[in-house]
Amino acid sequence: MESRRNPRAVVDPKVRQVGFFTSSQPDSTQQPDPIASESHPVSSISPSGNSLSPVMIPPPRHTSSDTFPIRAAAASAVSPSSFSYSSRRDFPDGSTTASPGRVSRGSFAKSSVPAASSLPGVGMDSMAAAKSSSVPASGLTTVSVVNMPAGLSEKATGMEVQSDQKKNSKPLKEKTTKAERRALQEAQRAAKAAAKVEGGKAPPVTSGSVASTNVKANKPAKPASQKNDGVAAAGGASEKKGGPSEKDRKKDAPHPRMQYDDESRVVKAKRRAVVKQTEAKNRVELFRHLPQYEHGTQLPDLETKFFQLDPMHPAVYKVGLQYLSGDISGGNARCIAMLQAFQEVVKDYSTPPEKTLNRDMTAKISSYVSFLIECRPLSISMGNAIRFLKNRIAKLPITLSESEAKTALQSDIERFINEKIITADNVIVKHAVTKIRDGDVLLTYGSPSAVEMVLLHAHELKKKFRVLVVDSRPKLEGQLLLRRLIKRGINCTYTHINAISYIMHEVTKVFLGASSVLSNGTVYSRVGTACVAMVANAFRVPVLVCCEAYKFHERVQLDSICSNELGDPNAISKVHGREDINYLDGLTNNANLQFLNLMYDATPSDYISMIITDYGMVPPTSVPVIVREYQKEHLLV
Amino acid sequence: MWRRSASFVLDKHQNNKPISLTPSIDSPPPHSMADENSNPNPISAYYQTRAAHHGIVTSDWLEQAQAAVRRYPERDYSVSPGRPFSVIEEFNNWRQQPDLAEAVAAIRALAAVIRASEATTMMELEIELKKASDTLKSWDTTSISLTAGCDLFMRYVTRTSALEFEDFNSAKSRVLSRAEKFGEISCKARKIIAVLSQDFIFDGCTILVHGFSRVVFEILKMAAQNKKLFRVLCTEGRPDKTGVLLANELAKLDVPVKLLIDSAVAYSMDEVDMVFVGADGVVESGGVINMMGTYQIALVAHSMNKPVYVAAESYKFARLYPLDQKDLEPALRPIDFDVPVPPKVEVERSARDYTPPQYLTLLFTDLGVLTPSVVSDELIQLYL
Repeated sequence: MESRRNPRAVVDPKVRQVGFFTSSQPDSTQQPDPIASESHPVSSISPSGNSLSPVMIPPPRHTSSDTFPIRAAAASAVSPSSFSYSSRRDFPDGSTTASPGRVSRGSFAKSSVPAASSLPGVGMDSMAAAKSSSVPASGLTTVSVVNMPAGLSEKATGMEVQSDQKKNSKPLKEKTTKAERRALQEAQRAAKAAAKVEGGKAPPVTSGSVASTNVKANKPAKPASQKNDGVAAAGGASEKKGGPSEKDRKKDAPHPRMQYDDESRVVKAKRRAVVKQTEAKNRVELFRHLPQYEHGTQLPDLETKFFQLDPMHPAVYKVGLQYLSGDISGGNARCIAMLQAFQEVVKDYSTPPEKTLNRDMTAKISSYVSFLIECRPLSISMGNAIRFLKNRIAKLPITLSESEAKTALQSDIERFINEKIITADNVIVKHAVTKIRDGDVLLTYGSPSAVEMVLLHAHELKKKFRVLVVDSRPKLEGQLLLRRLIKRGINCTYTHINAISYIMHEVTKVFLGASSVLSNGTVYSRVGTACVAMVANAFRVPVLVCCEAYKFHERVQLDSICSNELGDPNAISKVHGREDINYLDGLTNNANLQFLNLMYDATPSDYISMIITDYGMVPPTSVPVIVREYQKEHLLV
Repeated sequence: MWRRSASFVLDKHQNNKPISLTPSIDSPPPHSMADENSNPNPISAYYQTRAAHHGIVTSDWLEQAQAAVRRYPERDYSVSPGRPFSVIEEFNNWRQQPDLAEAVAAIRALAAVIRASEATTMMELEIELKKASDTLKSWDTTSISLTAGCDLFMRYVTRTSALEFEDFNSAKSRVLSRAEKFGEISCKARKIIAVLSQDFIFDGCTILVHGFSRVVFEILKMAAQNKKLFRVLCTEGRPDKTGVLLANELAKLDVPVKLLIDSAVAYSMDEVDMVFVGADGVVESGGVINMMGTYQIALVAHSMNKPVYVAAESYKFARLYPLDQKDLEPALRPIDFDVPVPPKVEVERSARDYTPPQYLTLLFTDLGVLTPSVVSDELIQLYL
């Protein structure tokens, strides 16, 4: 397998180290020869071992024949981590299942979907090129991915070294383990071949045991696998996951706010991934902790797999596709769609033998949630709803029969939707309408569902006001709102966000929607909202935020960077229907140009005058009070 | 009202109505006691009462008051048979007492309702109380402490009725005793507030006071009794002339007092150490609604980094949330200019203004010394 190693033919893209980087392992001398020459420039770029973070991809990616050597080289250049060598070594291997595990860890330079289609049965080159496409193979057999974890456990030692926690403590050991891992991989490949025959967990266990003998004494496989869990547990320790156990690891949802610049966790996530996403090439350094995928690549892939994904319930699958394509957007709509899909899941659920309904259903829900996250990261409202659902499942009395439990759960979900979303919206409308007076000029941004209801209801009450709809690229959601308002006969004006300071002088009130309100009063909402609120504040115009109480969260966020969602960069570069100003078309791959399409931003509480919720009109400082008093009520009920 | 948008200005010119004479308080009577419930006066009854307490009588006011008094005896017994009791009359009787807070008067009136009620179940009693409280509220929509007091009492009653009382009479008597105790609570509240504020008055300080709040007066009285050396600057408080009254009272306590005209506040703010005001109502944002001029003083004090302390009992917390000055129920009062004002000239007759929470430093309440953001916390716990 060493013969497959080829010298790197391309220079890696520039790496700018931003943010927290732990010290790297000494990488250069330990690398296999081809990369020895490269490792120096690599290490010279950054002292840290993460010099090439997993998302670093050399430019030409799509030609399958070329990509293999390049990929290998690139992979090898990622060398300070354990990933690279593993990927290089994998290719000669004929077994498809062996490589995915290595490959997925080795590189996040995912090929595009066309390569994926060439996966099965193609030779080494396309296999290498279609590194990521091999992952769909593992994705298809999500259950069998379990093979990977144990097999990878000893790899985890390398990964652990890579990961932040362990990095500083084991620079020297890494060298030896790499050498050992080569041998390990040979053994594993053989084991995997056996595993394919057996299709069980035994081979990984044997390979794990083989590996354990090879691994340094102070890193037995068991602690390695524990470390593996440890990483997962560390990631999942905070809120949203149940503790990962060996059995449930495959079903655990990755932490919804997983940081995507931590390779080990991303790898684990990819192992379980159903949706094969291709990582975007040109990423802004500051936002590396957020996932960014090539848009438009997942849908066809997912559609073809509709009938093959056994573990996935069709309703959940459908909702996931709708998220991916953007058919459903907006916090309330997404949450309701997801909850209704879960209702279907509950309806069709039947407890497998030897399992309890609580645990099994929770695990199932978690796996569905992880699928939904892959389609589109969860909004905070969805997170709260999932927490509620898991809580209700956990609180089901053991004495209930299965059908009773199912009906109870379904009615709980129904009640949640009715009370927390639909009725809440009615109450919000009732309160907000009292603030609209005759002669008001109301400004709104984007297309918030709550604000739309308020405006329509105020119009029904025959109040005389006019509306200013502010919109922004690339989503241009304001146009939807505009249509709906005009249909009802409301006097509207439409403008883009660039003109905010121009029109703000004639505005009397600003109504905004929110994806969530955080505990320090920060409003987390569609990008552009902060702009509108700040300009309104400068003009002393009151800003009213309409938000249901189930969207409140006890988290605190100080800026828009640490947690956000990245959209499709092509949406920025392309202006639909205006061919003459499409100057940036085709520049998405340029190394000197990175597109940043943020979806959310955080508005500090100083710019908000009042928040209208179903608990009444409260100042932004009262959000933690409501969270304290009422969120535990519906969790503990 | 002028709007920032030209289109609305044009509209207004076309539909011009004289706004100075709009009776702002009459609201459609809620039920059978039709005649009695509409306030005969276009002036805020609340501010009339305050003026009466202060002993300030303007000629128009006197006329209207006399007219009202004349009207009442007829109305008392002309309503639906079997109900000679009138909650409004009761309320008015109580509120005439100068030392009684508005909310307490309301609660006492509601207590009288309970006493006179012939209900046999808690639910029926609650319904009657609700009706009476709505009557009171609609009779004077401008008084915030009235509304707040009624709401508070209703809340207490519903909470009590939620408890398991086998005997209706015992529940009723419990509610009644609580209502009666409320009056004492109110007086005690003032004492508690006075005690809490003593730490903030240090020897040699200069306090600026606006309006004649009984709570603030209690604070100053106690400070004087504790032999603290301080000086008080009173604003004149046009049109109520509360400053003169307060100056009189303080002079009796041997506290050095200086009277300012309202316009001299900024001029004197340098020598002021702190500002004390009372409140007609404390709103959910943490701001206060108080006599006209409070906002001005708070703005000046804030820009000169002087603390503004508000003394208010907790029953004045109301579930309102004004966004700006005009977002309140207009409460008008007659303003005497000593010279006749030509009819074409509009007069701003609003009696109160809203001070946003960012200009207030602390609130002294019987619940403790609070920051403005805690008001919403308290309201949420109380009403939800």
